[in-house]
Amino acid sequence: MLDTRAPDNFEWRFVLVAVGILAIGVISIYNVAPGPFPDGRTPLYAKQLIWILLGMVAFLAAIAIDYHTLARHAYVLYAVTLLVLALVLVMGKSSRGAQRWFSLGPIAVQPSEVAKLVLVIVLAKYFADVQRAGWVQRVILPGLLTLPGILLILKQPDLGTAMSFSFIFVSMVLVSGLHAKALGLGVLFTSMLFPFAWELIWASLHDYQRERILTFWDPMTDPAGKGYHALQSRIAIGAGGLLGKGLDDATQSRLKFLPEGHTDFVFAVFAEQWGFIGVLILFLLFAALIFLASEIAVKARDPLGLLLAAGILSTLGFCLTVNVGMTMGIFPIVGIPLPLMSYGGTATITSMAALGLLLNVKRRRLTSFY
Amino acid sequence: MSQFTTQHEDFKNLQRRLLYLRLGLLLGLLFLSARLWYLQVVKGAYYLALSEQNRIRTVDLKPTRGLIFDRQGILLANNVPSFNLYLTVEDIRDRDGLAIALEDLLGLPRAETHKRLILQSKSYLPILVKAGLTLREAALIEGRRLDLPGLRVQAEAQRNYPQGVLGGHLLGYVGEVSSEQQGEPAFAGLSQGSLVGKAGVEKTYDRVIRGLAGDKTIEVDARGNERKTVAVTEQTPGDDVYLSLDLRLQQMAESLLGQESGAVVVLDVTNGDVLALASRPAFDPNTLSRGLTPATWEQIVADPRHPLTNRALQGQYPPGSTFKIVVASAALESGKWSSETKIHCTGAFPSGNHVFKDWKKGGHGVMDMHQAIVHSCDVYFYNIGRRLGIDAIADTARAFRLGQPTGIDLPSERVGIVPSTEWKQRVRKEPWYPGETISVAIGQGAVTVTPLQMAVATAAVANGGMVYKPRLVRAVHERATSRLREVLPQDLGTVPLQGRTFTLLQDALRGVVTHGTGGRARSAIVEIAGKTGTAQTVGAGATQNREGVAKKFRDHAWFVAYAPADDPKIALAVIVENSGHGGTVAAPIAKALIEEYLKDTDARHQSPGQF
Repeated sequence: MLDTRAPDNFEWRFVLVAVGILAIGVISIYNVAPGPFPDGRTPLYAKQLIWILLGMVAFLAAIAIDYHTLARHAYVLYAVTLLVLALVLVMGKSSRGAQRWFSLGPIAVQPSEVAKLVLVIVLAKYFADVQRAGWVQRVILPGLLTLPGILLILKQPDLGTAMSFSFIFVSMVLVSGLHAKALGLGVLFTSMLFPFAWELIWASLHDYQRERILTFWDPMTDPAGKGYHALQSRIAIGAGGLLGKGLDDATQSRLKFLPEGHTDFVFAVFAEQWGFIGVLILFLLFAALIFLASEIAVKARDPLGLLLAAGILSTLGFCLTVNVGMTMGIFPIVGIPLPLMSYGGTATITSMAALGLLLNVKRRRLTSFY
Repeated sequence: MSQFTTQHEDFKNLQRRLLYLRLGLLLGLLFLSARLWYLQVVKGAYYLALSEQNRIRTVDLKPTRGLIFDRQGILLANNVPSFNLYLTVEDIRDRDGLAIALEDLLGLPRAETHKRLILQSKSYLPILVKAGLTLREAALIEGRRLDLPGLRVQAEAQRNYPQGVLGGHLLGYVGEVSSEQQGEPAFAGLSQGSLVGKAGVEKTYDRVIRGLAGDKTIEVDARGNERKTVAVTEQTPGDDVYLSLDLRLQQMAESLLGQESGAVVVLDVTNGDVLALASRPAFDPNTLSRGLTPATWEQIVADPRHPLTNRALQGQYPPGSTFKIVVASAALESGKWSSETKIHCTGAFPSGNHVFKDWKKGGHGVMDMHQAIVHSCDVYFYNIGRRLGIDAIADTARAFRLGQPTGIDLPSERVGIVPSTEWKQRVRKEPWYPGETISVAIGQGAVTVTPLQMAVATAAVANGGMVYKPRLVRAVHERATSRLREVLPQDLGTVPLQGRTFTLLQDALRGVVTHGTGGRARSAIVEIAGKTGTAQTVGAGATQNREGVAKKFRDHAWFVAYAPADDPKIALAVIVENSGHGGTVAAPIAKALIEEYLKDTDARHQSPGQF
């Protein structure tokens, strides 16, 4: 039953926080490349605004469709997603050594971004159905469910999204409840397999991925080469200082020393311009989003709603932590966008749809006792 | 009921675990904030400096060197535009690709490029890769700017010497300041690649001509493209320099020497002005100023005729009979010898177990001092030498400023040798043998002089003993004040001889030209006074100027002169290496120069204000 009441205070706060983060993202993208461009192409911030408008449609749609309905079709949805991920390897557009996009006229769609949300839905559905089952059903079967997605995405290759998949899986397993014994066995088993697996993983990585991981440890060994992104990003953030350099003096991003300032490194752009104080405000917004999302999850009507919200929450938290961590040199650069801030059509629309799903879960909890 | 309770329990467990997830995520944010604090607040200044280093480049604004003119205002050195290729190591993306491109486009060997890249320590300073690109080369490089970041073609001033070889030695040439020089105070503040004078006037007046470099601080983007100018300190052009040189005389002197090795010095006896200072073989300073290849440099340095040596002040030759001017003065001033003292010259002079010969077989007969100078009688001077001893001759030689620098405003002047008992003990650790004095008395043996020293000494004889410091630069035109600052003539004192000694010398030198060994210098339009010299190159004994003798063993021909004899204006020293008799080879050169100078003196030399 759809709750048709006007949004309450909680929902307004939720929307306000999300809009705040989206706005910061658009401003940062604007500052990287304000335009107008001599060749007449649309500035990225304007395109991002269009994505956000489309994202609002997705957001409202995700509120409107009952998540139980969505869950009923979860396996079909996931199967279609895997098919699309396979298709992108065959028909997708290649860009910088990776095959991640479908070209739909002027628009490039990145199915792996959508796949993250679909994985959350299908795992939520699965774990909601297998409460109190044994560890084979709790770990091995959902693992086998997730693995095709991971492999297809690794094949693109897109290490960051594949890692997101693994993390979604692990966090869903943990939240759904794994007995300590089972968890211990799992960890032991994995760590025993790791030396063998590592060989395979390392061999399957592309050269640029290996170099990124190696140079992560010491970007100064090759400051002009592979360590360039990591170093320039750190310089941009550090140079921001306490109060930031302001819009005009943020030379790292304005003069393009910082590569990918509109996508993966949008956080560094923001940190250079607004400084420690500015980033704290951004972090508070993200913290508020995490807090509100977990409130929704805790107060969900049923395990499905809880797991759905938990999955969305952990995806958001993972991408946030890894993206910010890699710009600050804590993690290797793996190419994970910053949710709601990095430029990108598919990612923005999917993230906003995920927020819609959260409100969907929230709106349906009160009807349970009617 | 129990089923419901279990489900309820499960749900509670889910909710509890969820709170851990929330806690974990919020802790993650806290951890990120801590890292952020470290980067932005603790290390903020460090990263700010790194970001400044990223965007700020300092570009030298090279000053244009001052111009050099001769005394008539004829241009001797100026600057012309040239395309130079610079490379900023920090901006290079692909070293191998760059080296290959430079080889393809400009023919620079790859290994050479790599070597230069490794040697460059300050990676943000542009280094000069190649100077004087052709328009085509410049266009090729510009066309590949985008895939060869770090390269920049810059139009700059190139030093140019419109007269080519003419006056090359005294003008000198320019080159990049060396890394050793950069440590010296005279070159303080010069950046790598700055041009400095390496020889000649370019070197002695470098600080005047050089000007003051400026710099421009610019902001560049990640590709090294200039975005905006942050600050500019304008460069100051160097001051112009006016020489006392008379280019027509210089040209004549150089062409009279022709293919021979030798030197000509022409001085104004009234103030020490250097009117001509020629040295052959010569070099083109344009070649040396335009980034020589190591191979060309090797070739120049290895040339057995030493074209880089400025023989006028670096060539040290035995003075031969021109030294008799000094020995005669020493004799007359000693009180042991008078101008009336007569010697019978038989053509031979035994001393110990050696017989010194006169250049004239059979001798000159009875000679007094005047006749002995006019005919350059060796035996007469052998006798003076034996009578005076080496130290009296050395004292007078030093009074004529031999054995010491004349102080000309050119670098690396040599001083020759004025031998004495003290000198031999000090340098050769041996006592002086009286027999050696006999050779020195006719300008052979250990004594050596430079042509410039002989010109100064001759000028002193001409003007009655005044010694002026040879002055090559007459004035500096200061750009800053637009004022002409004259470099004043500097008199270094007098040669302390009695008046009658000068009179005797002057008469005798006239006699040399009118009826003596310098007859070939006799002129129809002006009376010239002079002294011939024929300096032996190996051993002592018979002069060697026969055709059969290898060129390098033949005698050096000397002629020193001044004119007009009754009202001296200019003094000269001419030496032509390995060419034979001074009276035959050198005297005509002196005569031609004197006639050229004096034939229109009034028109050209009484307009000193014309700069």
